[in-house]
Amino acid sequence: MTGELQTIWVYLAASPLLSLTLTLLAYTLGLWLHRRAGKNPLVNPVLFAMLVLVALLSATDTDYTTYFQGAQFVHFLLGPATVALAIPLYRQVRQVKDSAPAIIVAVFCGSITAALTAVGIAWALGATEPTLLSLAPKSATTPVAMGIAEQLGGLPSLTAAAVILTGIIGAMAGSSLLALLGVNDSRARGLAMGVASHGIGTARALQIDDVAGAFSGLAMGLNALATAVLVPILLRWLF
Amino acid sequence: MLNFFVLLLLCQLAGEVVVVSLGIPLPGPVVGMVLLFVGLLFHGQVPAQLDELGKGLLSNLSLLFVPAGVGVMLHAERVGAEYLPIAVSLVVSTLVTIAVTGWIMQKLAAEPEQ
Repeated sequence: MTGELQTIWVYLAASPLLSLTLTLLAYTLGLWLHRRAGKNPLVNPVLFAMLVLVALLSATDTDYTTYFQGAQFVHFLLGPATVALAIPLYRQVRQVKDSAPAIIVAVFCGSITAALTAVGIAWALGATEPTLLSLAPKSATTPVAMGIAEQLGGLPSLTAAAVILTGIIGAMAGSSLLALLGVNDSRARGLAMGVASHGIGTARALQIDDVAGAFSGLAMGLNALATAVLVPILLRWLF
Repeated sequence: MLNFFVLLLLCQLAGEVVVVSLGIPLPGPVVGMVLLFVGLLFHGQVPAQLDELGKGLLSNLSLLFVPAGVGVMLHAERVGAEYLPIAVSLVVSTLVTIAVTGWIMQKLAAEPEQ
């Protein structure tokens, strides 16, 4: 019996169907828990799915390359979905135009705050220089952040981890923090989530409302640009 | 629907081409977003099927980060001995950035006449 199960497992593990199905299943389960918890942002479906899948892969000794053969179909949609963020943005084009100067100032300040606090805190707690350089661009979207880390002499793989965690932290705590501070303007809430927590923050902002989603997508794009320009200058000045 | 999926891919592809050929420090899909946005401005409205497709993709946006996240977590041992400064830095920096950005935006974008 065990031998038979083993054969079925080996057969399934070799096809992309299994990891694709498991990815969707883990996320669906995470969503279900999220709803059961009264849509509490602390019960984050992305984090839940990631932890379940990491545990499964480790327990079955499956390497990431094998897993990714199936999961890449989900991963691939990130590109067209990012392009589709133009739709909510277009719907809010008047609001964006009316608050354009505020958007530019807020994104500029947010981008600098993200890099300076990340580097400053890690430095104060004794992190080494490659770590500091890897953390600096962590609020930008993954490909941009990894590119900057590489250019500065940081560790791009550490940056990738920092970017994903930053996104999840923002998605989990961002809206409660903003409510606590009395920031209830949807434009400001969306912009803050997008600057600090890129696409994962934007996914969360889309749940707040359409305006927050549009401003978050915009902020993600602007912050990618601001980080790419400002962080190398800032770090050259610091180190 | 298929036509509009092709349109999204074409925007992304054009975005990648622009990024590589001009050396812009942005991901291809973000430039693709700008291209689609400009296209919508010219067109003057969002076609119903594109709207439906966009809603489908964006309503599950956070799912799309799961595969990359799993890869990152599997390699998390590289965080190693410096996990404490890294963890504190990420949590505090993210929260401070959200607070600063949100607060500045709300102050500056407030309607002065009201």
